[in-house]
Amino acid sequence: MSDAGTIAAPVARPRQAGAIAARWGAPIALLLLLAFNLAVTPHFASWQTLYVNLTQVAPIVIVATGMTLVIATGGIDLSVGSLMAIAGSLAPLIFLGLPGLGGVALALVVPVAVAAALGWGNGLLVTRFAIQPIVATLVLFIAGRGIAQVMTGGNLQEFRVPEFQVIGLGRLLGLPVQVWLMLAVVGIAAWVLRRTVLGRQILAVGGNERAAHLAGIPVGQVKRLVYAVSGALAGLAGLVVIAINSSSDANLVGLGMELDAIAAVAVGGTLLAGGRASVLGTLVGALIIQLLRFTLLANGVPDAAALVVKAGVILLAVWVQRRGR
Amino acid sequence: MGATLSRLAGRQAVLLALAALILFGALRYEHFLGWFNITTLLRYNALFALVALGMAFVIMTGGIDLSVGSVAALASVVSAHLSGAGLLPAVAGGVGAGLAVGLLNGALVTRGGLAPFVTTLATMLGASGLALLLADNQSVPVSYDTGFVEIGQGDILNFPVPAWIALLAYIGGAVLLHLTGFGRTVLAVGGNADAARLMGLPAERTVFLVYLGSGGLAGLAGVLLAAQFGAGQPIEGVGWELFAIAATVVGGTLLTGGVGSVGGTLAGVLLLGLIFNILNFENGLGTISLSVYWQSVIRGLFLLVVVLLQARLLAARIAPAS
Repeated sequence: MSDAGTIAAPVARPRQAGAIAARWGAPIALLLLLAFNLAVTPHFASWQTLYVNLTQVAPIVIVATGMTLVIATGGIDLSVGSLMAIAGSLAPLIFLGLPGLGGVALALVVPVAVAAALGWGNGLLVTRFAIQPIVATLVLFIAGRGIAQVMTGGNLQEFRVPEFQVIGLGRLLGLPVQVWLMLAVVGIAAWVLRRTVLGRQILAVGGNERAAHLAGIPVGQVKRLVYAVSGALAGLAGLVVIAINSSSDANLVGLGMELDAIAAVAVGGTLLAGGRASVLGTLVGALIIQLLRFTLLANGVPDAAALVVKAGVILLAVWVQRRGR
Repeated sequence: MGATLSRLAGRQAVLLALAALILFGALRYEHFLGWFNITTLLRYNALFALVALGMAFVIMTGGIDLSVGSVAALASVVSAHLSGAGLLPAVAGGVGAGLAVGLLNGALVTRGGLAPFVTTLATMLGASGLALLLADNQSVPVSYDTGFVEIGQGDILNFPVPAWIALLAYIGGAVLLHLTGFGRTVLAVGGNADAARLMGLPAERTVFLVYLGSGGLAGLAGVLLAAQFGAGQPIEGVGWELFAIAATVVGGTLLTGGVGSVGGTLAGVLLLGLIFNILNFENGLGTISLSVYWQSVIRGLFLLVVVLLQARLLAARIAPAS
């Protein structure tokens, strides 16, 4: 990457059409998609549509936010789907084995903590042992789902625990609880990235690790932290998914999530080489992919064709961003 | 000099592990070294071997190809559809589908200047969608009348045809890497792309060809998949890319590019395949009962051990220099 050294986003110059497209392409695409749906898709402007899309996109956004932070440091986290499966398998074991509010509280905290610890382990491999992020997180990608399957014997765990399932089925001020979770995660991450020292450090590490190190930034600590956060958010998303489904299947929870999350990050304009990142962009990216799929399905285009379109959109997005740089 | 050393060490680590596993299996299980077990193992793992070979070359240039699994699925569907027309059209169609995706990957990475990771992530989704569309969301039975299945299920000289194909591919790959200018350019580009370009090496063309080759090999693996299992499988191939990356890394190829081994990659594939095989035997003995789910846990642990070993070797190599 020729500009791996840039820390902050270059200011868009009005005369560069490419730069404008790169900066505003994603939001414009989202608006166009909305406009198209309002004009074409029957019954689009309804609460039902909004709920369906937000409910489906929330776990992806939660995971993709952690992924954004990891990618901002120049890394990648392939293990998120497996960590979702581990958290999603662990929680029912806890609240079914320990009925009552105490069990539910533990089931909300322990799986997320375990996922965070495993994520921290990813970071340890990346920093202490200088293993490339793809390989370091590939280990848990492969082993993690197996761990979840071994924990549950590969069996489906079904349950009805309203106290726990609030995070997937509950409503707060008219919106699903997981949407509030999603907004909180995005808001906090965006604030950290933009306004705090930690955010500057994350971008500096991704922009030029050597320079960051020379500037006194604790590169290793920053990286381990983002991997831990990515793990924790994956764990949270795993809990949300099983709460929505009223069941946990270690074979399926979070399957392919790493790809959805990376795609959302890429479409949202975060540089995969690190050094430039936008959490809000990731939110927009995830919404675009979700709405695109919804649009195609609602208009009778099969799911398989939607995959091809998704591929085209990802390529278009990274191509436009490359032109803009 | 140092690079050669660490490459040797990396390859030796995997060979030692492989030898230890084979010894363990041979001493512990009666039929482990039986012809049936060996040919079954090789027939199935030949598919992964082909995919991993293409991946190894891509990784040596410092790139990555996430699309291989979907490409194999797509190729299996295409060749299943064409299997009624005969062996040649079916193979050509499957490999052609793989080459087409490889061509797209190569063009986007070299001409478009896009990052290999995202590019091949996108084409992975695209190829998968295309496979499902062409197969109408179900597996596509192959024709048994034209001799197509022989390429997957047949034997030549008592040895499975897919294993012959993989063997030839690896010999070709080794020759290409060690004895040709192309191979030297692959490693030079992966070591330092700018320097390779300044030296006048055809960097762009080489990178393009590497993705083309990876697509073609994944396509061939898809053809063998269809022939072996008697059907084109649009949802097979999930996770193959990561298996191939793991095998390549275990085999001593560095993900940073510039260092690689064809033989080590083959050893990596066999190592990961043997783990599953030994698990089956162990369950057959009945002393323990490990579910199939342990397979991925153990594979992941193996990968962890090998990359930690490699990291230590690499650190030992770099430390004196700096």
